[in-house]
Amino acid sequence: MASPKTSAPVAFSSLLSVIKGHFGEVVLAHRSDFGDDTIVVQRERWLDVLRFLKDAPSLAFNYLVDLTCVDYFGQEPRFEMVVHLLAFESGKRLRVKARIPEEDATIASLVPLWRSANWLEREVYDMFGIRFAGHPDLRRILMYDEFEGYPLRKDYPLKKSQPRVPLLSPEREEEEEI
Amino acid sequence: MDTEKSLSPSAEVDILEPTETRRMRVNVGPSHPAMHGVIQIVVEVEGETIVYSDTNFGYLHRGFEKECENHTYQLCIPYTDRLNYVSPLINNEGFCLAVEKFFGVDVPERCKYIRTMLSELSRISDHQTCIGAAAMELGAFTPFLYLMKGRELIYRILEEVTGHRLTINYMRPGGLAANLPEGFFEHLRDIIPVIREVTSETDKLLTKNRIFIDRTRNVGAISKEDALSFSYSGPCLRACGVAYDVRKAFPYSAYDRVDFEVPVGSTGDTLDRYLVRMGEMEQSVRIIEQCMRQIPDGPVSVNDPRVILPPKQEVYHTIEGLVNHFKLVYEGIRPPKGEVYQMVEGGNGELGYYIVSDGTGRPYRVRVRPPCFMIVSSMDFMIKGAMMADIVPVFGSLNMIAGEMER
Repeated sequence: MASPKTSAPVAFSSLLSVIKGHFGEVVLAHRSDFGDDTIVVQRERWLDVLRFLKDAPSLAFNYLVDLTCVDYFGQEPRFEMVVHLLAFESGKRLRVKARIPEEDATIASLVPLWRSANWLEREVYDMFGIRFAGHPDLRRILMYDEFEGYPLRKDYPLKKSQPRVPLLSPEREEEEEI
Repeated sequence: MDTEKSLSPSAEVDILEPTETRRMRVNVGPSHPAMHGVIQIVVEVEGETIVYSDTNFGYLHRGFEKECENHTYQLCIPYTDRLNYVSPLINNEGFCLAVEKFFGVDVPERCKYIRTMLSELSRISDHQTCIGAAAMELGAFTPFLYLMKGRELIYRILEEVTGHRLTINYMRPGGLAANLPEGFFEHLRDIIPVIREVTSETDKLLTKNRIFIDRTRNVGAISKEDALSFSYSGPCLRACGVAYDVRKAFPYSAYDRVDFEVPVGSTGDTLDRYLVRMGEMEQSVRIIEQCMRQIPDGPVSVNDPRVILPPKQEVYHTIEGLVNHFKLVYEGIRPPKGEVYQMVEGGNGELGYYIVSDGTGRPYRVRVRPPCFMIVSSMDFMIKGAMMADIVPVFGSLNMIAGEMER
């Protein structure tokens, strides 16, 4: 794991054929808008595809840059998971996406692959209400436990306020003691 | 041994034998003098050894991403100032570069050099704050005062350029809000030796300081592989020996035309993080000096009516200028439909902006990749098994900026 850019980046077309050769038709769409290569994959194969992208020696996207979600309210499927990857040796970047329907807002967790996915997925759960199957510790991270709703969803009003949380009662404090 | 034992009045108690220790839960923070910003670390200790910890934060969450979705692109720029409030110009630069990527706009050379220079000044002030605060928490108060003196000089020159010390709101998609003021270069030439002197004074006080080394060497060390798994970037990753710097690997602005080195550490401990930051401050000064020599004259903003407000002369005297101005202010600049990811090297590492545009004047989604979010996420991993007192140097060296982490 030396300094980045020690080998030539893999071309987008050959990357697509490598994935196709391994998985078959798992890539639903691909684009290269504004110079960013993007693939959309099946939600069911999310973890498999990302594990392959990370471990395949010819690809080696070993660095999770970012993980987030976009709410396309009114579209079906509603949510889109977005992961940005970086292949450290070649300096190649890739964006991987998967669509998630609202009625079954779950997707496989990436914590087995990258430890940074832990907090990033907690944030997506906190802000969008996506559940990550296999996440070891899925709790709210930026908002407090009593907060209702998911603030970054498009149907959460910008100026909605929520009541103040009462101070901890003595009973509850006792419960929290170990 | 037997004779000694009989001589001692409290012979029944052997002080070397560990007494029974009960697991205790201690709250470090949310409001603790050694927590930069408001963050709570719930630790469970056995004796002084940390056996479990849980980091809670979110006290400074202001809904940056939600607010951006409801403002035009230009109105998002003041919000970006408040992400990493110690180096706001770098945040401005990242956001503007991301919006420029939509349009394929190439800003004028002078603008690139100004952005580079001001970003490096911000980086110096970021590192000065981090080192100063971290050293102060270990009892070294003097370096803090020296470094604050240096930071003050940088804030003054930034105030001259932008009009503000912290909330600078200076860069625009397609250029800058204003050109450099009169006498900027003279002023910069005056403060560069002082910045160098401050760094060398700090170096003399800390780098070979026995107490400082004892508190930081081999404390909070993280291996290369773990650091990459935690998506480290910036000085903390480089302290582990990985020479990844966005300025070198993916150059933007004028970084491909200046010569600088990327300092790297080897062990990834708190001392290495300090040394990398010290090295980077010197490199930043070098970049600024080269920019001062190379910077050309010319405009600071592109002449592109899609992104930049027309000159006031045109607004007041031509109908086209007036309409253009009106539409840019009311509807905002309208990037084409699509999405971009653009990264810059922030004070803490790779600061990325992922913007989704639906073709209207407001971003559909703005996501900030906050470098210190990932770095602080390793806090529980790093302090497990360490001593209670190690929390302070480790946390100080990670340089958590709550505004950036919690957005």
